[in-house]
Amino acid sequence: MQTGCQGVGWFARLGGVLLTVSTSTCPATDLGYLLFKHPDRAQVFSVASGVAHVFYPRADEAVCTAALLLEVDPITLAKSRPGSTYVDDRPYASGSLMAVAIGTVFRTAMNGRCDARPELAQTAIPLSIHLPSVAIQGADDLAERLFGPLGWHVECAPVALDPEFPAWGNSRFVSLRLTGEHRLADALRHLYVMLPVLDDTKHYWVGEEEVAKLVRAGGEWLTTHPEREFVSRRYLAHQRGYVRSALSALDGTIPDEEPRTNRPLAVVRAEAVVAALREVGARRVLDLGCGGGALLERLVADTSFTEIVGTDVSAGALDAAERRLAKLPDRARSRVALRHSSLTYTDPELAGFDAAVLMEVVEHVDPPRLPAVERVVFGVAKPTHVVVTTPNVEYNPLLGEQKSRHPDHRFEWTRAEFQDWANAVAERNDYTVRFGPVGPVDPDLGPATQLAVFSKKEA
Amino acid sequence: MDLTIPDMALVVLIGASGSGKSTFARKHFAGTQVLSSDFFRGLVSDDENNQAASAEAFDALHYIAGKRLRAGLVTVVDATNTQRGPRAELVRLAKAHDVLPVAIVLDLPEQVCLRRNEARPDRDFGAHVVKRHVDELRRSVRSLNKEGFRRVHVLRGESEVDEARIVVEPLRNDLRGETGPFDVIGDVHGCRAELEELLGELGYAIDRDEQGRAVGAAHPAGRRAVFVGDLVDRGPDTPGVLRLAMGMVESGSAMAVSGNHENKLLRALRGKQVTMRHGLAESLEQLAAEPPEFVERATAFCDSLIGHYVLDGGALVVAHAGLPEQFHGRASGRVRSFALYGETTGETDEYGLPVRYPWAQDYRGRAIVLYGHTPVPEAEWINSTMCLDTGCVFGGKLTALRYPERELVSVAAHKVWYEPVRPLVAPLPDREPTALALDDVMGRRVIETWAQGMVTVRGEQSAAALEVMSRFAVDPRWLVYLPPTMAPAETHRDGDLLEHPREAFAGFGSLPVLCEEKHMGSRAVVLVTRSASVGPRRFAIEGDGAVYTRTGRPFFDEESTTTLLHRVRAAVEGLWDELDTDWLLLDAELLPWNAKAMKLITGQFAAVGASAHAALPSALSALGSALDRGVPVGDLLSRTESRLANASAFRDAYRRYCWPTEGLDGVRLAPFQLLATEGATYHDKPHAWHLAIADRLHQADPGLFTRTKRLAVDPTDADSVAAGVAWWESMTAEGGEGMVVKPAANFVRTGRKLTLPGLKVRGRDYLRVVYGPDYTDHLDRLRDRKIGPKRSLALREYALGLEALDRLSRAEPLWRVHEAVFGVLALESEPVDPRL
Repeated sequence: MQTGCQGVGWFARLGGVLLTVSTSTCPATDLGYLLFKHPDRAQVFSVASGVAHVFYPRADEAVCTAALLLEVDPITLAKSRPGSTYVDDRPYASGSLMAVAIGTVFRTAMNGRCDARPELAQTAIPLSIHLPSVAIQGADDLAERLFGPLGWHVECAPVALDPEFPAWGNSRFVSLRLTGEHRLADALRHLYVMLPVLDDTKHYWVGEEEVAKLVRAGGEWLTTHPEREFVSRRYLAHQRGYVRSALSALDGTIPDEEPRTNRPLAVVRAEAVVAALREVGARRVLDLGCGGGALLERLVADTSFTEIVGTDVSAGALDAAERRLAKLPDRARSRVALRHSSLTYTDPELAGFDAAVLMEVVEHVDPPRLPAVERVVFGVAKPTHVVVTTPNVEYNPLLGEQKSRHPDHRFEWTRAEFQDWANAVAERNDYTVRFGPVGPVDPDLGPATQLAVFSKKEA
Repeated sequence: MDLTIPDMALVVLIGASGSGKSTFARKHFAGTQVLSSDFFRGLVSDDENNQAASAEAFDALHYIAGKRLRAGLVTVVDATNTQRGPRAELVRLAKAHDVLPVAIVLDLPEQVCLRRNEARPDRDFGAHVVKRHVDELRRSVRSLNKEGFRRVHVLRGESEVDEARIVVEPLRNDLRGETGPFDVIGDVHGCRAELEELLGELGYAIDRDEQGRAVGAAHPAGRRAVFVGDLVDRGPDTPGVLRLAMGMVESGSAMAVSGNHENKLLRALRGKQVTMRHGLAESLEQLAAEPPEFVERATAFCDSLIGHYVLDGGALVVAHAGLPEQFHGRASGRVRSFALYGETTGETDEYGLPVRYPWAQDYRGRAIVLYGHTPVPEAEWINSTMCLDTGCVFGGKLTALRYPERELVSVAAHKVWYEPVRPLVAPLPDREPTALALDDVMGRRVIETWAQGMVTVRGEQSAAALEVMSRFAVDPRWLVYLPPTMAPAETHRDGDLLEHPREAFAGFGSLPVLCEEKHMGSRAVVLVTRSASVGPRRFAIEGDGAVYTRTGRPFFDEESTTTLLHRVRAAVEGLWDELDTDWLLLDAELLPWNAKAMKLITGQFAAVGASAHAALPSALSALGSALDRGVPVGDLLSRTESRLANASAFRDAYRRYCWPTEGLDGVRLAPFQLLATEGATYHDKPHAWHLAIADRLHQADPGLFTRTKRLAVDPTDADSVAAGVAWWESMTAEGGEGMVVKPAANFVRTGRKLTLPGLKVRGRDYLRVVYGPDYTDHLDRLRDRKIGPKRSLALREYALGLEALDRLSRAEPLWRVHEAVFGVLALESEPVDPRL
């Protein structure tokens, strides 16, 4: 395992991620046996992400501290995040890189094997672990929630983004100190699992084998951990299938599916839009801002829609829609066309349709550009009917939303604001307009989603 | 025998097999002009004589002919065409493209045709075929005119064929050779007094007869008037207007196109049944008082007027009701009808008047189109078109446009001569010069730039820009320019620096350069207007201007933008009159960096600083303790120390470009170039001139405007170069970003090649922000960086940016400006090393 690391210039390494493990067991220097690393030597190991150094800042009868210092190889780093920037905090913060280093450098200790002191390896000893820079995504108490139930005393000190700019607040890094009595193997496994969970990012691709790794490392203690579901989800990069098999391997429980009592608002909304289109008897339909094509799929399923065109301003969204539609049989597929278009540029190809849908689209447009959208849709494309849905901001408190339902929403309208806009648009463009509720309706706050159906006057 | 054919014609050869059509075509036309049915049979079946392939062959032939006619090219169809059916299809094709169909008949004796066919081994059809052709031809000849052929030339016998000569005649509307200057005059409608006054204003001297009546006018400088039609009807003195206009046209000092009113008056004068509405009765009454010779002369005049003129090499089109581009220089009933009456949507408005199809909004042609027909309160540009009918007869004014100066000259109506059916208000909903179409930006585009010829934008690049432009950029009416990216100087090859001033100086050869301090902030384009009325008038949008990033995103919300623009406006005060403009466009750096890049700083730069400063000191203390114990970690310790020093330098580097801001408090602008004002661009003004303007802004409002330090360097003078290097060293030693080296003269060509507008030379510590805290430890590897693609990109974007400014300053239509601006954004999707 020990290698010399010749051939790689030191200059190529970056940063320094530090972990120290201290014990006051007696004699403390037995830590060297437990870790399989001699306290008086400086040792170097090649790990996937660079080079790991193990040395002992202190090694006497009373206290023994082992340090693992990781120097990150920038090329590995760049490969792990294609298109990543060249200014990266990873070389300085413990996360999955450190977890992998622990799993490599201390593998034997992590497995609980110690030929020299077998009984000590099975004994809980007083440990103090310090990670001066740990990446955390989540609430302030996350470290406590993860390590507390395992019997650790958790000290978590926030790191300011920049002490010269107090207004910028804290960074996503903390200095973490864990103290408690644990078998060393367990302590290392805790770190091995929890460091990437805290960060919620892995520097490598998460595949099936990660499930086995999680079960192996967490089998004994994760089963009863109150956050085991959360831990599994983050550890397995939120891949539902993996999470389910990990949890069932851990303790046979399977997480509940999403509650089925309330159908998602998105589904209710799409159904309402399709119903509105049917009601006006539309056959040739435009889905303006079709995104990944969820509504298109629904429209294709109804053969009364003979020609369906989905447009979006994002080429990426159209690619996703294309993939979704590729699953359709040829005959159905031939009724749908996709077109890269924009709601702020007139597009004569979109003229002459029975109906156009703007489902949850207008709120993604900057208010000063709404007149351009109006012109493109009502002035030039001029479909016979236009169906518009948008959130009702009054309803947001009931959804637990503080301000906005989506970070890209440029605004969310009250019922009055939406109706004022819609009435004015109808007036200017010779349409009539009527309104309807979508989703659950609160007697005071109105519906979750508001819908308007515009119809050309001569129609 | 001369066979005249109009320029822009579909020439249909008619003749039996063996009559020598192909030989005739070869003799008189270029190879690319002739589409032969035999050739197309060969294309679709590998056999020129395969009659079974005829249908497919003609389909392909018509397709190609259509492409040629669309491009306005004389096209010759070499096929027997002895039957009416195939000819009718060709006539239809010509009409569809508004070109004139011409027939040339080769009427040769049957024996001649037979003899020629016998001489050709590949022509083995029997004599009966040729006989049938000849019979069909003879039967057809007389009815060719009726079939729609506008000219029919019949060549009888071999000698006539041999002696024939093709003479291409320009169309009557083709006055491309007339280059002006012109004064194009809107609808007069019998307002003689106002017309005389306007001609006076325009500088014409009016000729009068012994009764004092105006009978002609001439301009001392030889300018010529162009009437857009509707000289007659409604007004008080239609004969007087006709007398003056006819005199001018006859003497060559004016030309005129027909309006719908001349057309109708002509029919009335010829005794046709017409309804006496829209002021026709008044004209007839007035003309009744004139001698018959005058009425006769007026009739002939109206009869002589054509629908439109194409002038000045194709750059100017005059038609009474306007004309879409595909009709320019074409001749057909449809074209004349559009030119006289315009096109209506079939709907009527609340006054019962037809709603006109707003062709001008969709107009994308390069030629300027001037017209009248629909009275508007003010003449204004819509794309490259302008309606000059400002409703004189309805009490508005009579307007002329000086061409090519594009200056408007008007005189007020003396009174309301005729009550309008509909009040004269700006048709606001129809007035949208701002409407941009998807076709204006999408797909592969080849944009012609004055600075560097064609710049190509690939289709996928346009597609990538569409989303950014649609979803994140400011309104395109304000987004009149995007700055080009800037390349660094060639990589410095030795020492501990990646970039050094010497390479930048060398990059411009021996040109004198100006070094400008590089402010680390965000590139900002500032468009500011002199007053709130300028936005709506000049840019067709409410507001005071815009402040946006190099990808077109707004820096601030509406309120803050307005506040900032008001401050800029106040500081600019002295420049408005000096530069004779009521708006100006500035290229600047907006400081501090965190004003716009906060997310980037906290998410990336400060995060690196924070994690490094959390991790490394602990590592150092652990290593120190181990070393004290005699563990050999000295090397690792010194490496870690050096990394901590690097991390500190990194933190110091970005910190210098950040300071707290609260709304606009703390925000500063460092302008470095005046890009454009009304009618002017400034790429040819030396940079010292630009910075002098920036200095004035700084003096006017030192709290907002930051001064840019500068140093002139003569690269041929060693002392000067040394001074430049020292200047850069002192700035960057203090942590400055570095400098930009620009040709002192600004826009420069070296030979025919465009020179880069500037090269950046960034400081050693600043580059940590770009390459990472420890980049100084692996300079050798970084020296491999490839600068070529970045320089090429910078040049193309520079050319597009200059083009946008040129189009903007010439008040070209929005779509033309936007095309170039969009091109810059599209090119930005090109994958180049983002660290350069």
